[in-house]
Parts: sequence; C-alpha cells; structure tokens
Amino acid sequence: MAVLPTEYGLLLAALLFALGLLGVLVRRNIIFMLMSVEIMLNAAGLAFIVAGARWGQADGQIMFILILTLAAAEVAVGLALILQMYHRLATLDADAVSGMRG
Amino acid sequence: MEAAFYIAAAVAVFATLMVITRLNAVHALLYLIVSLLAVAVIFFVLGAPFAAALEVIIYAGAIVVLFIFVVMLLNLGEAAVAQERSWLNPRLWAGPALLSLILLIELAYLMLAGPEEVVTSTTPTGPKEVGIVLFGPYLLAVELAAMLLLAALVGAYHLAQRDERDGGL
Repeated sequence: MAVLPTEYGLLLAALLFALGLLGVLVRRNIIFMLMSVEIMLNAAGLAFIVAGARWGQADGQIMFILILTLAAAEVAVGLALILQMYHRLATLDADAVSGMRG
Repeated sequence: MEAAFYIAAAVAVFATLMVITRLNAVHALLYLIVSLLAVAVIFFVLGAPFAAALEVIIYAGAIVVLFIFVVMLLNLGEAAVAQERSWLNPRLWAGPALLSLILLIELAYLMLAGPEEVVTSTTPTGPKEVGIVLFGPYLLAVELAAMLLLAALVGAYHLAQRDERDGGL
C-alpha cells in the first residue's frame, strides 16, 4: 500500500500559496489580484485537508468548508466592488484607487 | 496511487502558474478551473471525497462562474464580438483541454481501480463523518458561516447598486 508523505502535500500547499502571493504582488489588474487571493485561500484549504488526512479526522474538511464559505463571501463582495470601480473609473488598474477622498 | 498525486500536483502548479501570467482574464479563468479540478483530484487521493465534491461544485462551479459573469459584464459592445471570435481559436483552449484530459484519465483510473486502491495512508473520511462533526462540535461555526454569507449577500447587493448621483456609497 502506497503511503504519501504529509510533507509533500504541505509543500504543494505552500507552493500554490506562494504562486497566489506572487500573483497579488505582480499583477495590477484587480480581477487577477482577486483570482490570486482565491488561489491562496484554496492553498490554505489544501493544507487543512492534508493535515486532516494525516490524522484521519474530519476536522480538516470542516475547516475547508469554512474556508470555502469565506472565499464565496469574499469573492461576492470583491466582484461587487470591481463592478462599482469599473462603473466609476472605467479602469481595472488597482493603482487608480490608491487615493481616498474623504 | 502516488503517481496520481504527483501528476495532479504538477497539473495544479502548472495551471496556477498559467493563471498568474495570462493577459486575458477569461484564459486565466480557464486555467483557474483546471487548477481547482487538480486540487479536487488531490483531495480525492487524500481520502476526502466530500471536500473534493465541494471543491468542484462551489469553487470550480459557483465562484468561477461569478468571475466569468463579471468579466462578461465589464466588456460589452463591438470589442466583445471581436474578442469572442478570437476565443474560438483552438490554440487558446488546447492547453486547458489537455490538462483537463490528464485529470479525466486519472479520475477514470481512480474510479475503476476500486476502493482498496484508493485508500492511501489513512481510510477515507466520508460525508457521514464530516456531517456528524459539522453539526456536532462545530455547530457554532456553521451559524457564524451562515451570518457571514448573509452579510456578504447584503453587502454585495448594496455595493453593486448603481446610483445616478455621483459620490454615493
């Protein structure tokens, strides 16, 4: 019976998280930044699943479900903000909204 | 069994790399779907079939469709038609299709191999165990998640409203 080392799963989660972080840091298009945040949340969920599989408990999957809920809520609000931003400024450049009028 | 994990992991990393380097948002979303499907295969290999199903239905289904709706809403008009024509170019969807084919072959292998092959380091934790724990010790977390989703619903509805006078919000 094949046994997967837990380290490899966690390594994959770390790699995906790093790629998502790279996307947030490098891209200036706000839709791509939101996608990269989704990648990071997914990587965090993967780490929970790997840990849950390591101990054979359902708690890892519970945490994944909660992360899924968080990601759905975050993407709904984020996309509404993107729509509003495009409607007002006609751009998707994240630097265009760097200043606040208050 | 190990090979399934490594192939899916390679597909996930490659597809994620393609997501953050694409110029067109829809191409990036195609690769994002492939990346999420690959992670779902990994969940299945790790003995979490319920999480794998949720990953496909909610992440690759609902969340990415939401992204696609917004991308489609943002560019209307004649430019969108020319863009649509260019999207039918096979060169653009061949990459995600090839990666999806790898995942499909892998999934078919896993389903045909039978349960004794699927078991890896631990026994799979099915939906029944997850449900018992979710509505037992974690009941408060479920209630909080429901409140979060309600807040997101109200917030998204309010934020996406178009008011005619400037400087609303």
